[in-house]
Amino acid sequence: MSDQPSPITHVSARGLPLRGNDIDTDRIMPARFLRAVSFEGLERHVFEDDRAADPRHPFDDGRYAGSGILVVNANFGCGSSREHAPQGLARFGLRAVIGESFSEIFQGNAAMIGMPCFVAAHADVDRLQSLVERAPDTIIEADVQSGTIEAGPVRFTATLSPALRDGFVSGQWNPTAMLLEHFDEVRAVAARLPYLRGFE
Amino acid sequence: MSDTLFHKVWDMHRVRQLPSGQTQLFIGLHLVHEVTTPQAFDMLRQHGWRVAFPERTFATMDHIVPTKTQQRPFLDVMAEEMASSLERNCRDAAIPLWAPDSELQGIVHVIGPELGLTQPGMTIACGDSHTSTHGALGAIALGIGTSQVRDVLASQCLALDPLKVRRIDVNGRLRPGVYAKDVILTIIRRLGVQGGVGFAYEYGGSTIDAMTIDERMTISNMSIEGGARVGYVNPDETTFAYIKGRRFAPQGDAFDRAVAWWKRIASDRDAYYDDRVTFDAAAIEPTVTWGINPGQSVGVGERIAGDPRDEAFAFMGFQPGARVTGTKIDVAFIGSCTNGRLSDLEEAARIVRGHHVARHVKALVVPGSQSVRRAAEARGLHDVFIDAGFEWRGAGCSMCLGMNPDRLEGRQICASSSNRNFKGRQGSPTGRTLLMSPAMVAAAAIAGEVVDVRDVLEHVPA
Repeated sequence: MSDQPSPITHVSARGLPLRGNDIDTDRIMPARFLRAVSFEGLERHVFEDDRAADPRHPFDDGRYAGSGILVVNANFGCGSSREHAPQGLARFGLRAVIGESFSEIFQGNAAMIGMPCFVAAHADVDRLQSLVERAPDTIIEADVQSGTIEAGPVRFTATLSPALRDGFVSGQWNPTAMLLEHFDEVRAVAARLPYLRGFE
Repeated sequence: MSDTLFHKVWDMHRVRQLPSGQTQLFIGLHLVHEVTTPQAFDMLRQHGWRVAFPERTFATMDHIVPTKTQQRPFLDVMAEEMASSLERNCRDAAIPLWAPDSELQGIVHVIGPELGLTQPGMTIACGDSHTSTHGALGAIALGIGTSQVRDVLASQCLALDPLKVRRIDVNGRLRPGVYAKDVILTIIRRLGVQGGVGFAYEYGGSTIDAMTIDERMTISNMSIEGGARVGYVNPDETTFAYIKGRRFAPQGDAFDRAVAWWKRIASDRDAYYDDRVTFDAAAIEPTVTWGINPGQSVGVGERIAGDPRDEAFAFMGFQPGARVTGTKIDVAFIGSCTNGRLSDLEEAARIVRGHHVARHVKALVVPGSQSVRRAAEARGLHDVFIDAGFEWRGAGCSMCLGMNPDRLEGRQICASSSNRNFKGRQGSPTGRTLLMSPAMVAAAAIAGEVVDVRDVLEHVPA
């Protein structure tokens, strides 16, 4: 979460399997915890309502304590654009997510804070979740450049969008400085837009 | 060369290709509210960056605003801290802010179009996923996260990958009792809550062409519930007539020149689309969600189908094969950026007039903006609602997401004109949401249970 990005080429950590499709950002971070002017402390509220309803929720399962890679199914992070969701997950200690698919806004928000979201086939994700459930101490090795995911006997290739992948590998995943680099060109585009020049 | 509106607008706002391969895209209008921006302003301060285009940035307060009384300081100390933080940030950066003490305050996606800030051909960003609403006027409008809000504040730009474009045609006449809300719920049900990932949705066809801007906003608003970050309708005479005369609209000769440009940026007749889908308006029924995502809906006369192991059944308390009609409700909520506009309130009032809310139902109407509230009061709608037992509130997001004091309690069931039926969405972790049109909510409030609004409309004067 540093503001001075460094390259992220590889994530090596134990896994946290969370099964289910369409897990929305209201579940990841219920709206009442957005009543704050900073992201500090959000790790305490990740999946708070789901965890209260399910005493066996994986986020409370001691076998997964200290894990760094979340393993999810389809359309993870759909719904609200709240960055509080990936912020909470990152502050909880998660450094990458492997899943079948993600909502665009969530994936982009996660990338902006240096948390790659790897996309893999259903069967591969399912095998990885099953493996971690059986053997929670297994280390998952996720390689950003190649997309190779290795965990014990499980090995498959996942994808990241080329732009996000290159951003992580080159350390340019936080784009503000790049966006400011050629500010004369920004001014030039603004000067050409009809609606910014009275439609003249 | 023929092209879609999406590509024309994208190309016109492209600054350069970034080393990552992404496009640096200029954002013509940045809308700001209190929830997703305090951290972004902090990041700016940490780096010593200034707001690059304060004159293209506008702010309002909507999510946390209480709707019973909007007196400051707010009773909720956290809400008050967020409000004063936004006030301080906007003052420091010279960004216009419409707080509750301004008569222009309202939900960001209601006031943008209402003030004429939202115009065809613009790129628009806001730290809120329902920013797609503004696409109803032919803008490319993107919901963004807080780090991206920082980027737009600092540079007026975003780093983005281009989207594909799916053309969604809806043709024919909607039957009485069927509204824009039913159209978008039907689209999401068929294409799925994830079907739009990677796409911008372009809505067209004779049904959309015949719609008002309010109706088109309801459709564009919920694009994100179908996974599409962007949704839009090509600008036409309806759009131009809507914009004309609004506070920030081009005036005089500039308006005529604007119209000429707006016509040119619309998708060309022979534009290429990455995908096309067609819907028959006459086949669309009043639609109600029964589950925990906006794709889990049924026509009001239909039986719920699905895998009984789906957690939605246990959470909502429905069985496969059941109908939604006859479901007893506890709360009725009319409002939100999806359906909190004057025309929504008018249609609901038409159904409510002369009736009373069922004894066990708490019913509230929350106008989308103070302007909507004033216009409704000028038409006497507040009296219709109050006489019927509704609470008539101030403007804000309210019970759509329960960030203010308006929340469900326990397992209450809410007939809601909002946009999300996620678990816990309306402020109670076990609360249950049934999404439907404002007319259906009005009918449910009176009956105390979900009913088919068409049965009610038979007895309502036109």
